[in-house]
Amino acid sequence: MTDWLLEPLQFAFFQRALVAAVLAGVTCALVGSYVVLKGLAFIGDAIAHAAFPGVVAAFVVGAPYVIGGGLAAFFSAIAIGWVSRRGRLRVDTAIGVVFVGAFALGILMFSRIEGFVGELFGFLLGNVLAISAETLVSLLLLGGLVIAIVLLLWKELLYATFDPLGAAAAGLPVSKLDYLFLGLIAVTIVVSLQAVGIILVVAMLVTPAATAQLLTVRFSRLVPGATAIGAATAVGGLYLSYWLDAPSGATIVLLQTAVFLAVLLLNPRTGLFARRNASDAASA
Amino acid sequence: MSQPGEDPAFDRHAHPHAHPDERRLPTVGAAVEAGHARAHADVWLSQVSAGYGDRPALEDVSIAIEAGTLLAVVGPNGAGKSTLLKVMAGLLRPWRGRVEVLGAPPGREAARVAYVPQAETVDWHFPVTVGDVVMMGRYPLLGPLRRPGRHDRRHVDEALEQVRMSDHRNRQIGALSGGQRRRVFLARALAADPALYLLDEPVTGIDATTQEELMDILEVEARRGRTVIATTHDLACAAQRFQRVAMLNRRVVAHGPASLVLDGELLARTYGGHLLQLPGGTVLLDDAHHHDQPAGEGEQHYHDDAAP
Repeated sequence: MTDWLLEPLQFAFFQRALVAAVLAGVTCALVGSYVVLKGLAFIGDAIAHAAFPGVVAAFVVGAPYVIGGGLAAFFSAIAIGWVSRRGRLRVDTAIGVVFVGAFALGILMFSRIEGFVGELFGFLLGNVLAISAETLVSLLLLGGLVIAIVLLLWKELLYATFDPLGAAAAGLPVSKLDYLFLGLIAVTIVVSLQAVGIILVVAMLVTPAATAQLLTVRFSRLVPGATAIGAATAVGGLYLSYWLDAPSGATIVLLQTAVFLAVLLLNPRTGLFARRNASDAASA
Repeated sequence: MSQPGEDPAFDRHAHPHAHPDERRLPTVGAAVEAGHARAHADVWLSQVSAGYGDRPALEDVSIAIEAGTLLAVVGPNGAGKSTLLKVMAGLLRPWRGRVEVLGAPPGREAARVAYVPQAETVDWHFPVTVGDVVMMGRYPLLGPLRRPGRHDRRHVDEALEQVRMSDHRNRQIGALSGGQRRRVFLARALAADPALYLLDEPVTGIDATTQEELMDILEVEARRGRTVIATTHDLACAAQRFQRVAMLNRRVVAHGPASLVLDGELLARTYGGHLLQLPGGTVLLDDAHHHDQPAGEGEQHYHDDAAP
């Protein structure tokens, strides 16, 4: 058992991967707590896919993928807000248009690249074991920025999420907070791209927060709970990835899904053995 | 903020014209003596039109509400009651007309305004407790960098005490009854210690005891010089518990002392086909609270229209 845990740790690449995976797990869970409450899971998925052309473009010109993916994710987040407002469309419609369009652009660019494209596949499916030290440093800076902003504005974000009308009437800049939050989602996705990949990153945002939501009815416990689940599953999933020789994105996300299902089925409030009058028990 | 004597609204209350009984009777057509009313009003609207998309909800609304007034806004579904509150709260920018709230454009004095939305617009599954919701009333006063402190917790304690919800502080809001939910949202408004309350249907769909208790609290706030503006479907409550009534049907049909809601002709003009007048003066209203149009539409647009 101890060997099982310690053996991979002697490799520098595994240590870097561990830091990157935990960073992604924590950042995603923190931002994801609000994503789940705002009902923005679909937006998270969209922004992740829309980052793809940016990642490909960065690969083509030899720039860091963090910059290319980050810019594409950021502008697609802004574009979603802009299209829904200008066109007076429902937000999910605007998301559908922007996200598939951007992803199609990424596929077109991808198909033009000659030769080996394994590294790009890593961004689609996640390959955190290949992360470089330079990339890790930039991810730590970006992830730290997201965490700092959320910790600074947690109560404003909470009020604006719970009751946007009441918050706006009381003077909180609700639409600015909405745009800021889309930006935070975009940066969070860039931070997580290498760990879990574009296709699976939405699970990192949604699943730990959804699991925590099964366990508590208090926001002050939801966020630490989601963060703990995000970090623990990132570590566990990375070990699975190492020992099973499987993509890290798949193992991390599968572990999160398994934890979610276990909680759903065994939870005294929601599970198979749920008691009646459960809402009272949950508030205790 | 917490010192009533420093509150300009409090001083204005002392003005001799402030007492409702001295005002002339129903200002039908809402003719306000412009300059005088504006100078003494906490909320002042002049020829305001507003709506969503290209659908008008308010047309040519002029009204002046003095500090310390307990005002009910009544009218049928779709009369623009909620829209009127949103314009006052700075959530909806009017198409035309001028608005002043606490002596400034709407939204400028937001920290002194407490707005409580309709119960239907709240996500009751949201993982927050009663105490969390009431504490939100303090957030705008704190600014982004400060965490709630002892002073804020005291305001929350007092507000919970006032609405008699102290024992439920740690319950998730979805576990509450309809009346308890309205109590919690009123407590959130009380905790903010505002000069102006804008309450959308605060006593709709709740039991008589809760209604009486909440109205007692609002009466005390008005007596302290706070202005309370509440929409309601309950004409009996408007007539018995409010000082003044504004009857709205896109336009202000009438605005004056609460006794005016007992006027059959004004009711007929406000409610139109919803009203059945029986010989002998009994009035039947068929106006259960519901949304003909999905409530979401107004909510979805508020981001675009919110005043800076």
